[in-house]
Amino acid sequence: MEQVVANPWAMLAYLVAGVCFILALRGLSSPVSSRRGNRFGMFGMTLAVGTTLVTHQIASLPEIAVAILIGGAFGLVTARKIAMTAMPQLVAAFHSLVGLAAVLVAVAAYLNPTAFGIAEPGGAIHQVSRIEMGLGIAIGAITFSGSVIAFLKLNGNMSGKPIMLPGRHVINLGTLALILGLIAYFLADEAPWVFFTITGLSFLIGFLLIIPIGGADMPVVVSMLNSYSGWAAAAMGFTLHNTAMIITGALVGSSGAILSYIMCAAMNRSFISVIAGGFGGDSGAAAGGGQAIDRPWKRGSAEDAAFLMSQAEQVIIVPGYGMAVAQAQHALREMADQLKAQGVTVKYAIHPVAGRMPGHMNVLLAEANVPYDEVFELEDINSEFAQTDVAFVIGANDVTNPAAKTDKSSPIYGMPVLDVEKAKTVLFVKRSMGGVGYAGVDNEVFYRDNTMMLLADAKKMVEEIVKALGH
Amino acid sequence: MEFISILSIFVLACFVGYFVVWSVTPALHTPLMAVTNAISSVIIVGALIASAAAGSATSKWLGLAAVALASVNIFGGFAVTARMLAMYKKKDRPAAGK
Repeated sequence: MEQVVANPWAMLAYLVAGVCFILALRGLSSPVSSRRGNRFGMFGMTLAVGTTLVTHQIASLPEIAVAILIGGAFGLVTARKIAMTAMPQLVAAFHSLVGLAAVLVAVAAYLNPTAFGIAEPGGAIHQVSRIEMGLGIAIGAITFSGSVIAFLKLNGNMSGKPIMLPGRHVINLGTLALILGLIAYFLADEAPWVFFTITGLSFLIGFLLIIPIGGADMPVVVSMLNSYSGWAAAAMGFTLHNTAMIITGALVGSSGAILSYIMCAAMNRSFISVIAGGFGGDSGAAAGGGQAIDRPWKRGSAEDAAFLMSQAEQVIIVPGYGMAVAQAQHALREMADQLKAQGVTVKYAIHPVAGRMPGHMNVLLAEANVPYDEVFELEDINSEFAQTDVAFVIGANDVTNPAAKTDKSSPIYGMPVLDVEKAKTVLFVKRSMGGVGYAGVDNEVFYRDNTMMLLADAKKMVEEIVKALGH
Repeated sequence: MEFISILSIFVLACFVGYFVVWSVTPALHTPLMAVTNAISSVIIVGALIASAAAGSATSKWLGLAAVALASVNIFGGFAVTARMLAMYKKKDRPAAGK
């Protein structure tokens, strides 16, 4: 426990671990190389842990082994048992753990700074280390409490609707300013009250930041918290002078930031407006319902849908969060198999913000054994709708709304959408006509001449279509 | 290590991260989040140092708790990523990559 970074071999090992993590992310550029990438990641982690254990005088090895065993077993069982549809919750829960671990490490470092080599024995903590620690604990605490709220919302323990406190912008900005001020003051005075007030306020702000954000904006929130968990690790890496932690923190931080950016761009909203929250709140519930009933629309049956699709040359399936909720992905793949057996070309079109986290739909389709080369991103498939016989929309709504292209007053104006209405026929699976999407806007597609509404639970409807196709 | 050399590593790693993450295919964004989750648990290094150090009993127990939390993430994160990645298959090769 002398100095953390004295051993050059240890530093080299941490560097190698950092490179392994880079390769782990690099592997994800294609599904083919991704599995090897994941193994690089595991190797890097083993190397980092092993190096730490070997280069420090570990007095409490049995306790550490027990801690790893308990944590590891719990993690493995969860990873094996979790349903793919619950992946967004799981990721949020995992983020909260990283945040909490960062907080615990920062507190431990504060209580025993000499062990971390950030203070002379008996002396004060180094100035630079105080800033790093202050930032580390603040980001860690925000990650923790924010992720807990995100988890509760995604898991349905808490309403997905935005919860708006009066004057929340003032409260939030004030709290943030106070935290930064205290971190600066921490330089002059390393008293416990300063340190623990920073911690407490950071837990509070994490909570306050996430409660006003609605369910549909969760992809951004989850990515943002992903980013924070990275910055927290990086800040601790600065404190410990540890290359592996710094490289990892930078990677994870930029990864989350880029994903948040992609999600915001896919909704044509600025990051600030998402974080300010409140989107898709009370305005939606009141406005949508009434007028929806008045306009004429066509209702179809499973048999109609089966007939239309079996006659088609090409069918494009557009899945959304509703498919995840109804767990309809397996039935959907069966339907696609039947259609393919009858000579129909089947493709899938995925909007970047479909679902509750980036790539949510792709994972569910992969789970249902849909080959990934039949699954296309928005920009790759959007031009094909015009030459497609049937667009089969299941559990998606806002991402197909043409109002985003034409109606300047629409809250989703400017958002890139899938041009489903250009297909010869649109089959729209939806639970009822009353509900509107998260943006709280009515969808023009429902009332078009070439649209047939299939009103039922998504899974039941698809199963009936499968049955009808069998005849 | 000098602060400035640590900072250099950090800044350069941010750039590496930027380019590497843009090359990730959108279909794998969920596994990306899961695996970044797992690797950010490298914070376990700090937890191990805390739990190994003599001097403060509180610090040690906090460290051990952090080791347990980070382990959940490491094992859970890599396992769930592997589970997801095993599902991505190409056409007509149902057993590929297992």
